[in-house]
Amino acid sequence: MSDKKYWQSFGEFSESEGFKQSAQNEFREDLPMEASLPADKQGLLDAKTPRRDFLKYLGFSTAAAALAAGCEMPVKKVIPYVNKPDASELIPGVAGYYATTYISGGNAIPVVAKVRDGRPIKLEGNELSSFTKGGTSARVQASVLDLYDGARLHYPIQMVNGDPQEVSTFEAFDKMVGEAMTGLSGSLVLLTSTINSPTTKQIIGEFLAKYPGSKHVQYDADSYSGMLLANEATHGKRIIPSYQFENAKVIVSLGADFLGTWLSPVEFGWQYVQGRKIDAKNPEMSKHYQFESMLSMTGGNADDRYTHRPSEAGAVALALLAELSGGSSSSSSLSPKLKAGISKAAKDLAANKGKALVVSGSNNPNVQIIVNAINEAIGANGTTINWGKPIQTHAGVEADMNALIADMEAGKVGALLIYGVNPVYDYYDGEKFKTALQKIKATVSFNERLDETAELCKYSIPAPHFLERWGDAEPKAGHIAMIQPTINPLFKTRSFEDSLLKWSGNNTSYENYFLQYWTKTLGSTEAYEKALQDGVVEQPTVALAALGFNNAKVAEATAAIGSIKKGGNLELVLYQSVAMGVGNQANNPWLLELPDPITRANWDNYAIVSPKFIKQESIPKKYRFDLSKRSEADKFEVHPDRLVIKIKVGSKEISLPILPVPGTPDNVIAIAVGWGRQSAKPENTSEFIGRSVVGAGKNVFPLISFNGVTAEWSVSDISFEATNETYPVAQAQTHSSYEGRNEVVKELTLEDFKKSPNEILEEREEELKPYGGLEKFEKEGTLYGVYDKPGIHWGMSIDMNSCFGCGACVVACHAENNVAVVGKSEVLRYHDMHWLRIDRYFSGNLEDPDDIQTVFQPMLCQHCDNAPCENVCPVAATNHSSEGLNQMAYNRCIGTRYCANNCPFKVRRFNWADYSGADSFPNNQDANGVGHFDPVVFQMNDDLTRMVLNPDVTVRSRGVMEKCSFCVQRLQDGKLKAKKENRPLKDMEDVRTACQQACPSDAIVFGNVNDSQSMINKTRAENKQRVFYALEELHVLPNVNYLAKVRNTEKISESVNEK
Amino acid sequence: MLHYRLIAKKLFYILLFAVVSISGLRAQDGKALFQANCASCHNPIKQLTGPALQGVTSRVTDKALLHAWIKNNIAVLGTGNKYFNDLYVSFGKTPMNTFPNLSDAEIDAILNYVETYKAPTAAPADNGGGGTKDQENDNSLLYGVLTLILAVIMFVLLQVNSSLKKLSDDKEGIPAMEPIPFYRNKVYITFVVLILFVVGGYYVVQGAIGLGRTKNYQPEQPIFYSHKVHAGTNQISCLYCHGGAWESKHAGVPSLNICMNCHAAINEYKGEALHREDGTTVDGTAEIQKLYSYTGYDVKSGKYTEPGKSIEWVKIHNLPDHVYFNHSQHIRAGKVQCQTCHGNITEMSEVKQFAELSMGWCINCHRNSKIDFPDSTGAGNKFYSIYEKFHNDLKNGTIDSVTVEKIGGTECQKCHY
Repeated sequence: MSDKKYWQSFGEFSESEGFKQSAQNEFREDLPMEASLPADKQGLLDAKTPRRDFLKYLGFSTAAAALAAGCEMPVKKVIPYVNKPDASELIPGVAGYYATTYISGGNAIPVVAKVRDGRPIKLEGNELSSFTKGGTSARVQASVLDLYDGARLHYPIQMVNGDPQEVSTFEAFDKMVGEAMTGLSGSLVLLTSTINSPTTKQIIGEFLAKYPGSKHVQYDADSYSGMLLANEATHGKRIIPSYQFENAKVIVSLGADFLGTWLSPVEFGWQYVQGRKIDAKNPEMSKHYQFESMLSMTGGNADDRYTHRPSEAGAVALALLAELSGGSSSSSSLSPKLKAGISKAAKDLAANKGKALVVSGSNNPNVQIIVNAINEAIGANGTTINWGKPIQTHAGVEADMNALIADMEAGKVGALLIYGVNPVYDYYDGEKFKTALQKIKATVSFNERLDETAELCKYSIPAPHFLERWGDAEPKAGHIAMIQPTINPLFKTRSFEDSLLKWSGNNTSYENYFLQYWTKTLGSTEAYEKALQDGVVEQPTVALAALGFNNAKVAEATAAIGSIKKGGNLELVLYQSVAMGVGNQANNPWLLELPDPITRANWDNYAIVSPKFIKQESIPKKYRFDLSKRSEADKFEVHPDRLVIKIKVGSKEISLPILPVPGTPDNVIAIAVGWGRQSAKPENTSEFIGRSVVGAGKNVFPLISFNGVTAEWSVSDISFEATNETYPVAQAQTHSSYEGRNEVVKELTLEDFKKSPNEILEEREEELKPYGGLEKFEKEGTLYGVYDKPGIHWGMSIDMNSCFGCGACVVACHAENNVAVVGKSEVLRYHDMHWLRIDRYFSGNLEDPDDIQTVFQPMLCQHCDNAPCENVCPVAATNHSSEGLNQMAYNRCIGTRYCANNCPFKVRRFNWADYSGADSFPNNQDANGVGHFDPVVFQMNDDLTRMVLNPDVTVRSRGVMEKCSFCVQRLQDGKLKAKKENRPLKDMEDVRTACQQACPSDAIVFGNVNDSQSMINKTRAENKQRVFYALEELHVLPNVNYLAKVRNTEKISESVNEK
Repeated sequence: MLHYRLIAKKLFYILLFAVVSISGLRAQDGKALFQANCASCHNPIKQLTGPALQGVTSRVTDKALLHAWIKNNIAVLGTGNKYFNDLYVSFGKTPMNTFPNLSDAEIDAILNYVETYKAPTAAPADNGGGGTKDQENDNSLLYGVLTLILAVIMFVLLQVNSSLKKLSDDKEGIPAMEPIPFYRNKVYITFVVLILFVVGGYYVVQGAIGLGRTKNYQPEQPIFYSHKVHAGTNQISCLYCHGGAWESKHAGVPSLNICMNCHAAINEYKGEALHREDGTTVDGTAEIQKLYSYTGYDVKSGKYTEPGKSIEWVKIHNLPDHVYFNHSQHIRAGKVQCQTCHGNITEMSEVKQFAELSMGWCINCHRNSKIDFPDSTGAGNKFYSIYEKFHNDLKNGTIDSVTVEKIGGTECQKCHY
């Protein structure tokens, strides 16, 4: 080393004092404390007040403040009306009920809105509707939360450089749009979802008449154009008939998820279970075959289920037709197993002519033509298919939309008014639409939020939520549903109809227009008012109508299907998830957290693959599992991290985590649409579309393929590539098999049930033998005494033959009981709060998708009369009522969680964190203090969203246990109603739990067991042979019983599990 | 415990002497009918919105006509009856409500009550509750004095004992220890500390239990509204203003249009002098003026000239959020009198919280109150017909009544859910 000295400055060279000083203090810089103090306080920092004094004062003042604040009660004000509106239902604390209608695109479900103190807080099915019979779906139940979504557009806006700017008044907005629409070079086009509202249709007609050359295009994200076109070809009318599943003894579904998402699931659900309910006296039930390419919820309920590749959908239909018309399907290239299934189904269909129905979920008109031919052959036309009452929820065809896009590109469209649709997001060629949209001079959106399409429009005038407006709908011909407002509009919104009326120079408000229209149509004001009160106007029932069938196109369709290319190694199928559908309600926390009925996952979409898929060589070793091996399955289930694969579809690529689901064919990947909502600038998503939706899944609408006529939800040749990444998928249930433990789930075949109807009873007798047998079990099976229930003893019965897993009850329970939404990160830690869950179990050979059988079992607090949770509570916070309720006193609970650990059903839910914001100090949800909360928790807790809370139910705070209460607030209310009216309780009328009311299939019966005439008693007595209690031998004496599942099949699949 | 029992006893008496049951109006119950239907506008001997009613049967001798008038005065006015038309004009053409639902028997009962009504003389004797309370205070004082005397006696005796012991020790020659003054005597110190701990602990616990309880809370309200004048002197039915109590969980505070039903006509106060709790006099007429300023009413023109604004009353009875309480359950199904929980409201110029509103207080009442259980005659709420066991027990004489507790009224989820 040389002694050579390097220097940077002369100071350094000479080692001057100044340099040494500055080198020493190189990084020192005093905070400008003194400078910030006022002149008279200078020197304060040098004062001899040591830290200890400071702490002393701090401690004292905190203690004093706490004491002072704690002892003083806040002054509460009570502020009455100045002039109370003269309406008897406006009594504070008493709920009013208004009939109205849930609207989403063309779908309409009549509902009754419960309005408490001016706020709609819960929707119930409208039982006056013969269309839905009072049923609802998860999406209907959740829609009340959309009303309070702060991400909805608050006022009319104009987009200026991608930035929404408020337009102060509607007049200013009208003027602005009026100017934009004058002197257009092209035509004016209205692009809407399917409109089946009589008044809206008329208003649109009048509007179009005012603007010569304008036209109206209807578009549906879930297109049924295949059916529309096929029906036009074979029956001469471009309509969709209604279906009567209740008349069908044999139902064959070719990939149609008619209980979950296909066409009109709420209606079909009720119809379907009419043939599934079974009693011992007359043990008959319908037979349901499902041919599909993925395990849908409907497939999970099928008696016989066969899987095929998506590209074989047409061939399956053809083979079925061939079998029925005397030919044989042997010529086709389908697998022998599939062929056997088809010929079995065909035999059943042929044997039940006039009492059979075939439906298909395909959007290929040729396939639908074949299905029509099949239905013609089995005599469904006019028996199970009713052409007299078409379903009018879907009228859009791709040809119209494509023509519109072509016009837009060619500059032929001068103005585009968009209402209720979001094609930039959900059209298969959304990109093309997006580019074309920018060429239009005047674009106006009426969508309720700045969604992917609206943010590209120049003007947006938000339409109100259906709970804030007038309107009507005719989802099925002859079934009119009325919409009336249940709350004043929360934001500065104006209905689409009002805008059209105004812009067509009509100064009537839509409200008046609506009133005049219906008063005239119905004949009198009284009739109009009755229609509003009932919420539905129904034409007298007309006989089922057939429609002539034209055979001419069948040969052509057969040829076209014959020429469909064989699928590649891997095929893709896209589907709508039961919770999310096409994504209209994407920012709805209740739906986001609703576990999928099949995968039990929420908060995301994912690539569903078969269990064999993750065994293959191309999967990295770390993520390769053989789920049929117990040890590997355990490893797989414990970690929520799932391998991400890159799926290549033509030129498009998408990365998604994989989730193996039994029942999926080996060469198929299935992905749900309706997820992955995102603004053009991703950072705007939270503000424009919603806080909760950020990061939830990926959009796969662009993967939909176009066959030249219609969009098809499958792709016949795709490839994939494993990545090194993982992505956590939140599942509310990870173990999927009940391991043949029939103490939990009891099922048997119809044949067995006919042969020995007492099989279940005998099984129970066998189980309880060591404890005294069925007869003496209650008294002898325990050391504890038996307590009597004078008066009322609540009980619930759940029919597993009727429950098909739709999840309406789960969301209804959320809404009724203020159940918290915890967000994905908490679900990943199994902190989900669902009081009611629908357990899904598989049985059968994991590797044979056709052998898989699925069971849905709603699981809620069983309100055990000898409850193990009650005995272990150190503070008696949970105890039993004389009415048989397992009570939970939140304010007594100290959070030991012993009860949850001792609950055999695992239905108790612990508030691990302050999900509801109910704790008293303001920063309690501070991410620094309690860990990470997802944005959804904050969305649920803002003051607007909190308006949805049920004021009769306590909002639980951190550290307490909660669980199903049998909707005790409803029980108390029903009892009080009866007491006030000086009469005994009316069974099934005064008291109904939220889940029971929401159920579209009447699977849940609830009532007073002590009343010998009650429905619950009758149900249990009439179905004595099927009654069972989950884990009965534990002698917990549940008050919830199940009715064993009867399958109309040859055998109950056994789980094949390598130990 | 003693305290609870006393409260319970008090409640029991109040229940027993409950004047009327609101829903069980019987035709002969003229007073109740009068209060429910007429008292908001009429007084038997004083002119309010409507005329003083006493002597009406002699003024209108035609009984049928009088009944017709009460049921539907508009129809009678229409017939051109001179007496009633004159009356109508003299009361500023303020229309009277119609009562088509009153039966003839009920009207007779009302008229009978009106004619036999006598102005209440002097303040009625204390309702019994107060007396019990005084007694309770006396007792505790007595016990305190006794305890003190006994403690002093014990102290003296202990001193005497130790002196005697010392004397005897001296006598027997046992060397006496250095005498310890009593304030350094460990026994005494321990004893005092123990007593302090027990007494202090008692008060701390009592204080802690009392946290958040606001018995006797009597805030100042924006308007000096006297329940004594309205519900006491003028006998307006509670439900006239607090109608929510009949239907809803909330009794509710009346909207201002309810006030103006009467006060559009009554614009000055001419009754007995009003006093605040601190003894200061209140000008009743000025308080009515305050109402007008809230409603925007102009007395001279008899019109609402300005937009109304709400009165922000201070809420007196507050229950924690985790308690579900329903007024209609108690007064309609349970037939509990308002006074049971709200005290003698007809004597309160300014309302104060009468009851503790603590859980123990609720539970005690639920333990002791009998429900409206159907008896052998069939009277009582038919809802309870499902309680077969209790019917049998009553028949057998195993029990003599069914309390709220028996049907589960003390279980957690009757009030907490």
